[in-house]
Amino acid sequence: MSTDNSQSGATSVFSPRLAARFDALVEEYPVKRSALVPMLLYAQDEVGYLSDAVVAEVARRIGITELEVRNVATYYSMLRFKPAGQFNIQVCTNISCMLRGAYDVYERFQEELGVGPHGATPDGVFSLEEVECIGACCWAPAIQVNYDFHDELKPDDVPGVVDQYRKQVQNEKKNA
Amino acid sequence: MPRLVSHPDEVRIVSRRFGQGAEKIDRYLELGGYEALKKCLAQDSDWIINEMKASNLRGRGGAGFSTGMKWSFVPKQSAKAKYILVNGDESEPGTCKDHLIFLHDPHSVIEGTIIAGLAVGAKMGFIYLRGEYRYLLEITERAVADAYARGFLGKNICGSGKEFEIITQTGAGAYEVGEESALMESLEGKRGVPRIKPPFPAVVGLYGGPTVINNAETIATVPHVFHMGAAAYAAVGTPRNGGTRLFSVSGHVERPGVYELPMGYNLKKIIYEVAGGIRGGRNLKAVVPGGSSTPVLLPEEIDIGMDFDQVGKAGSMLGSGGVVVIDDRTCIVEFALRTISFYAHESCGWCIPCREGTDWLKKSLTRFHAGFGAPSDIDNMQYLAENMLGRTFCPLGDAAAMPTIAFLKKFRKEFEDHLNGKPCPFAREGVPQLTVV
Repeated sequence: MSTDNSQSGATSVFSPRLAARFDALVEEYPVKRSALVPMLLYAQDEVGYLSDAVVAEVARRIGITELEVRNVATYYSMLRFKPAGQFNIQVCTNISCMLRGAYDVYERFQEELGVGPHGATPDGVFSLEEVECIGACCWAPAIQVNYDFHDELKPDDVPGVVDQYRKQVQNEKKNA
Repeated sequence: MPRLVSHPDEVRIVSRRFGQGAEKIDRYLELGGYEALKKCLAQDSDWIINEMKASNLRGRGGAGFSTGMKWSFVPKQSAKAKYILVNGDESEPGTCKDHLIFLHDPHSVIEGTIIAGLAVGAKMGFIYLRGEYRYLLEITERAVADAYARGFLGKNICGSGKEFEIITQTGAGAYEVGEESALMESLEGKRGVPRIKPPFPAVVGLYGGPTVINNAETIATVPHVFHMGAAAYAAVGTPRNGGTRLFSVSGHVERPGVYELPMGYNLKKIIYEVAGGIRGGRNLKAVVPGGSSTPVLLPEEIDIGMDFDQVGKAGSMLGSGGVVVIDDRTCIVEFALRTISFYAHESCGWCIPCREGTDWLKKSLTRFHAGFGAPSDIDNMQYLAENMLGRTFCPLGDAAAMPTIAFLKKFRKEFEDHLNGKPCPFAREGVPQLTVV
């Protein structure tokens, strides 16, 4: 492992903005390592997943080994080592959501996207996951698309949700 | 935006600023915000702790321990820095109250954290939110920045010469991190596995320093205790159970939602009056009274007051206040399987009885629900669950075992109805039987 702890944005896998944020983040806590879990999540938000380069840079910034970073990262269910879709649809099927039809919603997403459980569309736009309780039990069945909550979904609402994000992608393409 | 509900029986203390724009500091101040902090700044730490004890406020995370007592366990003198740690890792299935607190009233959490700091002599607090609550973290971060800008946080809070810092923290998906010692591990940048107790966090906690860990609802309640006065707050509830509780009512009711009701409010009334009864005029089959880890209650067992002591006497727990209502079309075996699948998924693997126990219960229930159970499975599952109880570092093992035992005991007949390859009597037409990955 490199002993170079310099945090120059030029060699970073992160955008200058995120690199600057991380420079500040490690100084915020009484112990540098406390920045590890947030840093991994924020890195994933930008890069899409925890690539080897992400793990290496986070390890260097915190001053621990890559193995230690992986050891921690594998514990947390939101962290992933493979890319997900641009929009990761997470359907909660835990008890409160299940009682109000979450599995029907989950199945409808599979039909609508043409993927199986935990599948992804070939264009890389959508991935689909069944997740544990997301803290929206009174507004069940609930899902999250990346960090956005959608509450009280019926199976017939599913095409609309998918469409909303498809349109977002089309608009991004137009503006690009 | 999550839907807000209301009912005339509600006593709005913690939720009184919901839906009023109090996430903005000016509005929070208009609504009496930071007055409790100023009151506490004029007093010494013993007075604050004694008021908390007198309020009979008990921990809203689930264990129901006296908040004032917890604060009093922190040593006055400590070579190491002391910390306040707010547990906003809300992940008990059936519970979504902290979601609304952070959304509508993040300053109440900040104010409560500072008061806790004054009480125990801590100069730094952490507010830890589960990773899925990103939009709530952003709201809370803005609130913290505003509190610094207005001098409620920093080196000289309200000109008192006292200092207090707050750092917000995100998790990254882990139920287990809601357990207090695992929460500290996560905040230290490690896997969220529990620590053995003793030593308790009040003596050796975060970074080895004395640490108070309180649930977000508990902390959000603290300013209201000082606003109302401890005696007035205690008077709202039942003996030894001060104040109100945010009940997350979900499942098969007409009007699911988070309702703030006095401690000791009748469970039957919560379901049939406050939440509007069973959806579609169906019949009640069972109620999980305090989040998925609490033992299920039968319809004849729900004429009880919802406080820690009365629900305990009825053989269950008030837990996190997540009331999950189940109607008569629901398969309890399927419900038990979904419950245990969650605990199997979330077991951190540190303690063998939990790691193996949850996995074997899930396997047994999966097979059982598919109609391939053996008659001996019922007793075996109960034996397995009973042998998980009390044999793990943290309560996750118990949280999985307790509901399992209750399902098996109270719905044995329904388990037996699944034997001998019979199809699930509750299978929905056209929907394949649940197979949990």
